[in-house]
Amino acid sequence: MEKVLMKGNEAIAEAAILAGCRHYFGYPITPQTEVAAYMAKRMPKIDGVFLQAESEIAAINMVYGVAATGKRCMTSSSSPGIALKCEGISYLAGADLPALIVNVQRGGPGLGGIQPSQSDYFLATRGPGHGDFHVIVLAPASVQEMADLTYKGFDLAEKYRMPVMLLADGTMGQMMEPVALPEPQAIKEAPEWATVGTKCQRKHNIANSLYLSPAELEQLNFQRFERYAEIEKNECLWEEYRMEDAEYCVVSCGITARVAKNAINEARAKGIRVGMIRPITLWPFPVSPLAAAAEKVKSFLTVELSMGQMREDVLLATECKKPVFACNRVGGMIPAPEEVLAKIEDMTK
Amino acid sequence: MRENQIVIAGFGGQGLLFSGKVLAYAGMVENRYLSWLPSYGPEMRGGTANCNVILSDREIGSPIVNHPDILMVMNGPSLDKFEGDVVPGGKIFVDSSLVTRKVERTDVEAYYIPASAMAREMGAPNLANMVLLGALVKKTGCVTEEGLDAGLQKVIPARKADMLDVNRKMLKAGMDVL
Repeated sequence: MEKVLMKGNEAIAEAAILAGCRHYFGYPITPQTEVAAYMAKRMPKIDGVFLQAESEIAAINMVYGVAATGKRCMTSSSSPGIALKCEGISYLAGADLPALIVNVQRGGPGLGGIQPSQSDYFLATRGPGHGDFHVIVLAPASVQEMADLTYKGFDLAEKYRMPVMLLADGTMGQMMEPVALPEPQAIKEAPEWATVGTKCQRKHNIANSLYLSPAELEQLNFQRFERYAEIEKNECLWEEYRMEDAEYCVVSCGITARVAKNAINEARAKGIRVGMIRPITLWPFPVSPLAAAAEKVKSFLTVELSMGQMREDVLLATECKKPVFACNRVGGMIPAPEEVLAKIEDMTK
Repeated sequence: MRENQIVIAGFGGQGLLFSGKVLAYAGMVENRYLSWLPSYGPEMRGGTANCNVILSDREIGSPIVNHPDILMVMNGPSLDKFEGDVVPGGKIFVDSSLVTRKVERTDVEAYYIPASAMAREMGAPNLANMVLLGALVKKTGCVTEEGLDAGLQKVIPARKADMLDVNRKMLKAGMDVL
């Protein structure tokens, strides 16, 4: 297919439409507003719904409503807006409903800033809301992956009946790269669990997250975590870059993985055998390649736009077998390749 | 391996992001690897704005240009901000109608084009960016002239097709001035 030049945010929107999403609910916030702007233009032309809600909370509850009918639906926002949506995300998880939530992260905490960040890593990977739950977290590092992972996100959400979060950063949202868009999917029939009316032919379906019987609620949590174990087994995605003979391993995702690639190539030119494991799913975290690397490499370096949130997952995955150094920039600052290179060189000393 | 790391900077409203898009589309037509990254935020008309464009023969790592080999500036603050970042031997293209000072570095090539005055005289005062871009492409060869024209055709939407000729005229004027 011929490639088109698109902003990451636009690629998300178009890929969602191609995946069969016809319901978008949002509320504007930098740096993801192009998702809503794109949907506002396109949805009316394809018999879809674009609705700018009165708040982020309203938008996620509209998603909750549509998700209960089994239709593909989504919302998008950026960090402070995602914090507001957490109640609704927890309800979606509690009612076992599929939906895509896009978070194009900006600096925090609080209103923070509007420049790129990865500091919602904990929020996303530890279950964004109250209660015991997970969402599948996908971390794109190119405009192509913004499209591909959005598309895949809908399939995963439906397969496991749970919310999926596309966790991008401001750079990914704003940049343009050529992208090959996926094939359009046919709009599917409502699944058997959907609350679309019984037509007096079957028992009622109920979308609900309230269970007052502790025994029943415990069983539901146990069952959900059995499903999560399946996902951890089957759905981990990662990229390995120049790891074949690596003595040092960078771990990074999104924009910082792109910066790290430059640094790794420069380090290689200086004779340092360094590679990278780039997690693409942040939950489930790709434990197996990191555990394997821990047997081979001398040390790890996490490169993040946070104070080291992913580093904790690297420590867990590698069972602290090797030192894990950190290169952290926050507040909307992005490390230059030289900065990452200096950290790689420090690691070899 | 051919790679250009380009920064285009000036005031918001001068068509800087548009100029970058023309280059990006030209790169796409020429089957290069490319990325285009705008500054974003409270930079409205009158504020500073810039974009980073990378055109390369190989896959692009970071889309952020820290050390451009090509810099195009359309206001003084942008020259102040980015002059020091340019790699030795890099090329700086200055709209000398708007930037009064000269480039201080002696290890770079500076080109002064009165782009805004030229565009005004040719009756298209909003297209000084295209004059400067024409000069930039001519001197750097970061894309071919054919690629540039093909890129321009992709950026200008069909409903604004009448804008194509005037943009071409401005690019040509920029190419001929040096």
